[in-house]
Amino acid sequence: MGISRRAALQGMVLGGASVAGAATASAAERPEAPSDAVGLLYDTTLCIGCKTCVVACQDANGLPRDPAGIDAKYDAPVDLSAKTKNVIKLYVEGGKRSFVKVQCMHCVDPACTSACMLGALQKREHGIVSYDPALCVGCRYCEVACPYNVPRFEFAKATPKIVKCELCRTRLAEGREPACSEVCPRKAVIFGKRSDLLKEAKRRLAASPGKYVPKVFGETDGGGTQVLYLSHVPFEKLGFPTLGDESTPSLLRSIQHSVYRGFAAPAALYAVLGMVMLRNRRAGPGGEP
Amino acid sequence: MTPHATPVGGRLWTPSVQLLSGILGISLIVMLWRFVFGLGATTALNDGYPLGLWIAFDVVTGTALACGGYGVAILVYVLNKGRYHPMVRPALLTSALGYTLAAIGVNLDLGRWYLVWKVPLYFWHWNFNSALLEVALCIMAYMVVLWIELSPAFFEKFQDSPIGSLRRVSRAALPILEKASLWIIALGLLLPTMHQSSLGTLMLLAGARLHPLWNTPILPLLFLISCVSMGYAMVVFESAFSSIAFKRTPEIKMLAGLAGAMVPILYVFAALRFADLAWRGRLGLLFAGDGRSVLAALEFVLFLAPTVMLATRARRHDLGNLVRAAMVMMFAGALYRFDTYLVAFTPGAHWSYFPSVQEILVTLGLVSVELIAYILIVKTFPILAGHPAAAERQAV
Ligand code: SF4
Ligand code: SF4
Ligand code: SF4
Repeated sequence: MGISRRAALQGMVLGGASVAGAATASAAERPEAPSDAVGLLYDTTLCIGCKTCVVACQDANGLPRDPAGIDAKYDAPVDLSAKTKNVIKLYVEGGKRSFVKVQCMHCVDPACTSACMLGALQKREHGIVSYDPALCVGCRYCEVACPYNVPRFEFAKATPKIVKCELCRTRLAEGREPACSEVCPRKAVIFGKRSDLLKEAKRRLAASPGKYVPKVFGETDGGGTQVLYLSHVPFEKLGFPTLGDESTPSLLRSIQHSVYRGFAAPAALYAVLGMVMLRNRRAGPGGEP
Repeated sequence: MTPHATPVGGRLWTPSVQLLSGILGISLIVMLWRFVFGLGATTALNDGYPLGLWIAFDVVTGTALACGGYGVAILVYVLNKGRYHPMVRPALLTSALGYTLAAIGVNLDLGRWYLVWKVPLYFWHWNFNSALLEVALCIMAYMVVLWIELSPAFFEKFQDSPIGSLRRVSRAALPILEKASLWIIALGLLLPTMHQSSLGTLMLLAGARLHPLWNTPILPLLFLISCVSMGYAMVVFESAFSSIAFKRTPEIKMLAGLAGAMVPILYVFAALRFADLAWRGRLGLLFAGDGRSVLAALEFVLFLAPTVMLATRARRHDLGNLVRAAMVMMFAGALYRFDTYLVAFTPGAHWSYFPSVQEILVTLGLVSVELIAYILIVKTFPILAGHPAAAERQAV
C-alpha cells in the first residue's frame, strides 16, 4: 500500500476516531444565561390546581379551548399539545400529592435550538426561546431533541407549525407580564429576572427548612433553565427527567467542533483523497492482476 | 471510464415494470393525500414519536444501502484495486437512485416542505450546530455529485444521438468530465464520510431519551462503518440480481473479493459495539431479557453471521451463499438503524408508534420507482459490463 494511500485511509479513520475521542473530552463551551434573562418560578406548595393559568394562556396565545372528559364539556387539556402550551398536572402517590405546571423551560442551552437547521427556534431577546415559522421546515427534530418533550406539532394541519410557550414575548414587548403569572391567584407562578427568581427560590428554601426538596430545579439541570421550580415532592415524581449539569448540546458541540472546526478536517481529507487518486491514476491500476 | 459497459437492451414495458408501476400508482395517490390533508391524516406520527418509517427507512436506511458507490469508490480509487472498476457504474447508479429517493422521502416527511428551498439558500441563517443541517446539505450535494459521476454513461449514449444539440453537448461534456472526474470522485468520498457519520450524531441530541444500549459517543463511527458494510452488501445483491434478471455471467471473482473485504468490516463493527458497551458498563443490558435487549442481541447475531457464511474461499465463490450473506448484512445494518432511530428512542411509556398503512404504501412506492428506474436505465444506457443477452431471454 502506497504511503499516500495509507494517508488517505488514515485520514478517514482519524475522522472517525476524533469523533470518538472528542466525546470523552470536556465540553467546548458551557453557556450561561444572558444577564437580562427572564423566566418563571413555580412553587408546588402554593399551587391549588385551579388552572386559571391554563385558560389565561389559551386566551393570550389565541389558542382554542381543549375540552376533555366524558361529554367533552370541560376545558381540561391532559397534556401539552398543538392546542395547549401550558398545562397543570396532578401527581398522586400514597398520601403525597402535588400539582405541577408544565410549559417550555426556556433552557439556558436548549437542545431544540441546537437541532433547528435555520434557527426557527432560537434564543432571542431576554433568552426567551422563540419560534419563527418563516424559518421552520417542519422537520420535528426539535421534538426529538427537547429533554422535556415540550415542542408540539400541528400534525392535523396541511400547513403545520410548532407550538410551544414563548414566555408571552409579545405581551412582554408591550410591557405586560406573562398571562399565566399575571392571573395566578396564589402567586404560585411568578415572573421576573432569572437571577432574581433564583435568589427568591433560595430564600424560600432557607426560610422553611424541610418544607421543600432542597433543590431549585433548573438552576443547573441540563445546563440550567430560565423557568425554575420548587417542590415538596421529589422532582422525578412530577415527571422531571434526571439530567446532568451539562447540556446535551454542549457535549455534541465538542464532538462536532473537533471534527469540523473551521471545516479544516473535511478540507484536509478532501485534498488527501484527491492527491491519492491522482497518484493512483498516474501509476495505473495496481495492487493485483 | 468503463470501456466494456453496454446497454442491456430489450423490451422496456415488461410485466415486472408494469407491476411496479401499479404499486407506484397507488403510492402516488397516498402522497397526494398526504400533501392535501397533512401528516396527521396519513401517518401514525405523533408528538412522542415525531420521526417514523419515512425517516428511519427511506432516509437513514435507504442512503446507507445506497453507499455501494461510496464503498466501491474507496476500493477502486483509494485502494487502487482497478479490477473492481466494472462495478463502479452499477454501484453509482443504485447510489444515485437511492439518494434521490431519500431526498423525495424527506420532502414527504417535512411538515413544511414548501419552505425546504430555504435550507440550501438561506446560508446566513445556517445553524452549524445542527447535525441535521449538515446531513441535509451533504445529502443534497452528494445526490448531485452522484449524478455527475454517472453522467458519462448518459453522454456516451447521447454522443451518437440523432438529435444534433444533444450530440454536441454530450461530445463537449465527456472530456470535461474526464478531466474533472478525480475531484468529483474525491467529493463523492468526502460527502458520505461526513453525513453518514452525522446521521449517527443526529440521534445523540436526544440525550437521556436515547436508550443506553444505543446511546454512545461513538454512534457516528458505528454509523459510518455500517454504511460501508451495507453498501457492499447492496453491490453484491445488485450484481447477483442483474446477472439473474438480465442473464449475464455473474462476476463471481469480483463478488468473492468484495465479500472478503466485508468480513473484517463486520468484525470491526461488532467488536467496537461490544467494547463500547463493556466500556460504558452496559453489557448487562444485553441480557435484560426485554424487547430492546433481544433486538440489540439480534443485531450482533446478524452482523456476525455473514462472517461465518463467508469464512471460506469456497463459500465466497458460491453465488447463492453470497446473496444470502449480502441479505443478512443488509438486514443487520437496517435493523441497527431502525433500532437507533425508533426502538432506542424512549419518549415515555404513554407514547407509541407503528407505521400506518399509508406510510408503508408510500415507502413501497419509493422502492418501486427505484427498481423501475434501475431496470429502464441499465437497459438503455451503458451501465453494466459484460455481454447483452438476447431480449427474449431476460427475466425482468
Ligand atoms: S424545554 Fe425544550 S422546547 Fe423549551 S427551550 Fe428547552 S429544549 Fe427548547
Ligand atoms: S420542526 Fe421547525 S422549529 Fe423544529 S427543528 Fe425543525 S425546522 Fe426547527
Ligand atoms: S408564559 Fe405565556 S405562553 Fe408560556 S405558559 Fe405562561 S401564559 Fe402560556
